[in-house]
Amino acid sequence: MPSLDGLVSAAGLVGSRLRTRTPSAFRWRRATLGALGLLLLAVVWELYKALGPEDGVVVGGLTVLPRTTDLAMPHVWDVLARLGQPVNSTQDTLVWQAVLGAAVFSLGVAGVGWLVGVVVGLALALLMQRFRTAESAVLPWVILSQTVPLIAIAPLVRRWGSQIEIGAFQWENWMSVAVIASYLAFFPVAVGALRGLGSPDAIHTDLFRSYAVGWWTTLWRLRLPASVPYLLPALRLAAANAVIGAVVAEVSIGLRGGIGRMIIEYAQSGSGDPAKTWAPILGAVLLGLLAAGVVALLGLLLGRFRRGEVSA
Amino acid sequence: MTEVPTTGPVPIGVPAVEVRGVDKTFSSKNGTVTALEGIDLAVAPGEFVSLIGPSGCGKSTLLRLIADLEAPSTGSVTVFGKTARQARIDQEYGIAFQQAGLLPWRTVRANIELPLELHGASRAERTARATELLELVGLSDFGGSYPDQLSGGMQQRVAIARALAERPRLLLMDEPFGALDEMTRERMQTELVRICGETGAAVVFVTHSIPEAVFLSNRVVVMSPRPGRIREVLAVDLGRAADRRDDLREDEHFFANVSAVRELLHGDQGARPAVRGVENR
Ligand SMILES: Nc1ncnc2c1ncn2[C@@H]1O[C@H](COP(=O)(O)OP(=O)(O)O)[C@@H](O)[C@H]1O
Ligand SMILES: [Mg+2]
Repeated sequence: MPSLDGLVSAAGLVGSRLRTRTPSAFRWRRATLGALGLLLLAVVWELYKALGPEDGVVVGGLTVLPRTTDLAMPHVWDVLARLGQPVNSTQDTLVWQAVLGAAVFSLGVAGVGWLVGVVVGLALALLMQRFRTAESAVLPWVILSQTVPLIAIAPLVRRWGSQIEIGAFQWENWMSVAVIASYLAFFPVAVGALRGLGSPDAIHTDLFRSYAVGWWTTLWRLRLPASVPYLLPALRLAAANAVIGAVVAEVSIGLRGGIGRMIIEYAQSGSGDPAKTWAPILGAVLLGLLAAGVVALLGLLLGRFRRGEVSA
Repeated sequence: MTEVPTTGPVPIGVPAVEVRGVDKTFSSKNGTVTALEGIDLAVAPGEFVSLIGPSGCGKSTLLRLIADLEAPSTGSVTVFGKTARQARIDQEYGIAFQQAGLLPWRTVRANIELPLELHGASRAERTARATELLELVGLSDFGGSYPDQLSGGMQQRVAIARALAERPRLLLMDEPFGALDEMTRERMQTELVRICGETGAAVVFVTHSIPEAVFLSNRVVVMSPRPGRIREVLAVDLGRAADRRDDLREDEHFFANVSAVRELLHGDQGARPAVRGVENR
């Protein structure tokens, strides 16, 4: 069985504990750098488009850099301009409105998936922390679960869901998408929370034992607060996973209304309208940023649990 | 040298701590370690007893047995006439370790209130007690600070205040000043003497430092390693612990006691070579 430490670093959950709190000046600088990064990307795009060969860079029959035609790489300003125009000749809805609507829809589904994933991940971590045997019984399955490709589980989830019928409750396609999003989201939470719940020093667990309080009180007053520095990066990763899971699952399940389907639809109509193809992709980026933003907000609220204790 | 205390409080009635015929072995993959063997010790209410000895001689283990953080392999440990377990459940002792072990997400005040909060004290009660304790350890201005904003000595004082929060009749301390510099350490010792005088609690105090043990204690328990045994118990004849002041450190009686403990520590090898892990300052 792989070690928990290995898993944690594999899941990208390391080092958060040592990170100091960011003063607001530093945060602003980071935001500015982020904006500059976006600008730089646009500049690189346009430079390549201007200077790169028309047919792209081909090495041994393999295209390693894309064509620079307007069809493959529309101008950044064309894409932005397209956002402000109607979706098509028969509709008044502007592209940015349609994209935003789809992004909000996908964010909602991903959000439900994220919540379910967080709850399941936390529950698994608690189970494994409470019972040592559960850790050896459950952890391998948790890891194995992530090796099953999304494409394989999507139809399964859909089929199982369609068989669920409890009274007036009807399984709907968006629920299948949320389930798949949660399937990707629970993993980093389970691993990060398990590590975090086990993070209190022996001195702290001894102290709580000397107070003769039970497991639940120790959990609430010690283990959960101590796990926040581990949980936050896990929640961020879970949010990214949930967004990717939702967008991909929308396509595999065939759910309408979200960014995933929109990317496919616009791409199909795209040959005559290349700028439009890129609009929902911008929407997907926005989706990721929004999801990361929500978790960052959570991190701000939990700021005091991120103080590292300075050793005596 | 005496094995039975001749001065200092003689146990009357129920002792604060009574350890009888205790052995403690740890078993691990690479065999068993006998940490303690044949330990007998009684601590009277209000008495200050230090455990001293080279590292690995089982001082912490003995303290943890009294705290019911470990169970003895044989023998019995009672605290105020109860089993160690019952005493822990009844919160008969407060405990402090070498590291302050404050919760970094709680303010100094909230750290001191922690045991009170966990045991259901009212908010008003907690606030009053924390204010009192902050004053006792000289940190009234730092109640709203977080542990990472405090020096090591200040953190340790918070930990002591936290240990005193529920007015325990017994204080267990495992090298609480071990990580502090010499000057801070002496100041903390003086403060501890004063605090113990004010609270009247019995103390079992683990230390590496001979002068520290002598300055603080009514009796010094000298231990020897492998297996951990009590070699000797020395009564310190420096008057009531609560009356001790800083100038005592210059007193020739003090030096006489320090030499006595040092000789006991070095035991069979004669007085010359320093025992590893024990400070002779
Ligand atoms: N939990 C444990 N498991 C195994 N061995 C232990 C454990 N705790 C202490 N020991 C062993 O018991 C002996 C005494 O340790 P300790 O009480 O910490 O010594 P001291 O505090 O005097 O330095 C040491 O040999 C140590 O290795
Ligand atoms: Mg020790």
